[in-house]
Amino acid sequence: MSPPSVLVFAWGNPSRGDDALGPELLEQLGERPDVEGLTDFQLQPEHVTDLQGRRLVLLVDASISSPPPFAFRRVHPLRDASFTSHAMTPEALLAAYQDVYRSEPAPCYLLGIRGEDFELGEPLGEAARRHLAAALSFVESLLENPTESAWDGLSRSRERA
Amino acid sequence: MTHILESAKHPEKLRRVVIEPVTRVEGHGKVTLLLDADNRIHQARFHIVEFRGFEKFVQGRPYWEVPVMVQRLCGICPVSHHLAGGKAVDMLAGATKLTPTAEKMRRLLHFGQVLQSHALHFFHLCSPDLLFGFGAEVARRNIVAVAESFPDVAKKGVWLRKYGQEVIRVLAGKRIHGSLVVPGGVNKHLSPEERDYLLQDVSQAIDWSREAVDLVKRFYAERKDFHNGFGSFRSSYLSLVRGDGALDLYHGGLRARDAHGETVFDHVDYGAYWDYIHEVTKTWSYMKFPFIRTLGAEDGWYRVGPLARINNCDFIDTPLADAERKALLEFDHGGARQANLAYHWARMVEVLHCAEGIRDLLGDSDLIKNDLVVRGERQYRGVGVIEAPRGTLIHHYRINENDQVVRANLIVSTTHNNEAMNEAVRQVALQYLDGKEVTEPLLNHIEVAIRAYDPCLSCATHALGRMPLEVELLDAAGERVDCLARDGHGALRRIA
Repeated sequence: MSPPSVLVFAWGNPSRGDDALGPELLEQLGERPDVEGLTDFQLQPEHVTDLQGRRLVLLVDASISSPPPFAFRRVHPLRDASFTSHAMTPEALLAAYQDVYRSEPAPCYLLGIRGEDFELGEPLGEAARRHLAAALSFVESLLENPTESAWDGLSRSRERA
Repeated sequence: MTHILESAKHPEKLRRVVIEPVTRVEGHGKVTLLLDADNRIHQARFHIVEFRGFEKFVQGRPYWEVPVMVQRLCGICPVSHHLAGGKAVDMLAGATKLTPTAEKMRRLLHFGQVLQSHALHFFHLCSPDLLFGFGAEVARRNIVAVAESFPDVAKKGVWLRKYGQEVIRVLAGKRIHGSLVVPGGVNKHLSPEERDYLLQDVSQAIDWSREAVDLVKRFYAERKDFHNGFGSFRSSYLSLVRGDGALDLYHGGLRARDAHGETVFDHVDYGAYWDYIHEVTKTWSYMKFPFIRTLGAEDGWYRVGPLARINNCDFIDTPLADAERKALLEFDHGGARQANLAYHWARMVEVLHCAEGIRDLLGDSDLIKNDLVVRGERQYRGVGVIEAPRGTLIHHYRINENDQVVRANLIVSTTHNNEAMNEAVRQVALQYLDGKEVTEPLLNHIEVAIRAYDPCLSCATHALGRMPLEVELLDAAGERVDCLARDGHGALRRIA
């Protein structure tokens, strides 16, 4: 059986303040037809297996470097040296996909939601909640038209903005 | 043991090299090397940021929430905290002996966790060090390069880790944030369908685990003198062992052996660990330094983790892993027994043990029985200890009459290995950096030594944009001479 054609993969620790932005977005997004939502603490090499058989992939994470409220861009495979921890970058994940499966991954996009505070036991901050609301609205619009050309267009317009 | 490099007499006359954070290690670390005018090492310290805010996180919470809450401490080993916290909570609930189903379900979960954690560490963090050598250019020291040169290694590493995570998913209900442990037992048993599903791939897991052991053994043996001697030193070892002396990752008594292999204590009830293990603080580190009380703070520090367990146990109760245990211990007349880099080898022996253990447990009919929880007389103090992937993990809680946690103490594996990692840094600094120009490949030697212990330096968040690497050179007056930074994508830039 084929997996749902669109994957929304969010990662972060729900108990570490704004690190919860990704999982929280997925929670608020709820279930949708032909869309699978997956979450994890961190992006890891074995997540290449979750990319298999997809038509579109949306990755979601908290970001301390994105402009508020969020950034959206297409991700391409990149053989970087990002294995600096027990987590990897989206670009490196796509490169690992190529190596493991010897084929191209589905078009993949990254939504980085601006976060500020990542302390253990803290809830989402006030600013993060505002950024989350804006990001959620944006993802809903993405899923209304889940095509590569539409997402590429939105990606380009966000980069110009 | 005298730490000649720990405290220099005139640090104001030295210049300082700082590596921050250590690459391919969870969280952030900082290595400080104090050099004199001739680039000779006078001081070497590995700074670690420890768990912070944990007590506040659990204080006031009802004790039965602990097994679920502690999973949020760490993105790398949530299952280890789930199990250790759960064992402590068993004691609070007065559950002195679990049902066979509950204990075996937990053991199965633990095998899945250790297998996937070790697979990640070896295939994706350490294999580049062994396969390419430490002096290789940085662009090649990553798993992508491994995948290019050894395509099967990357594929099998991904698959083995995925299999371990499938075990976790099936038992805990979800890939993450799942839950199996409840006070006094577990919340589910395995269905026959779930058992059959996991059995489908277990032979493959065993085969590829054997190949992983062979791979690390082959590469280790090819440069045996180098691998045996790399930053090496002798130390005591601490671990749990089963009542009959077997390797046991889930339960047992504490055993400590000194640097010469002599038993210091054996089959100690971990519920009174503080009678045997004390901790000291040092002004320059947030992390405590545990030591064996009877040996004293100076000489009583020890190592935990895969190599400690392989050295401490009398045998492994799965045949393939036991044969590999013997091979490691007998290699080069015992030359690998105290070697930093033999931790990688020991880790793969344990991967094989976990795969065999999963197969054996899946054949046990107790897993599909429905006797899940026991209760007893409530206690005010609970201690839970397991052998987590990185080593002995201690959870200790006190509760009040309202069942709320009032005190929590954790000694995590990385804390046990604190002094050992400092010693490794010191030895590597002595061997490779003294009197030489500080170059990136040389700095990586220090990182390689630290990585052997697979330290989890903090339960870090991994928000995009973090994890830069910064190398700073300060002169004797504390002024910055040079600074090289590596960002999250591996790009280098020099900072004025």
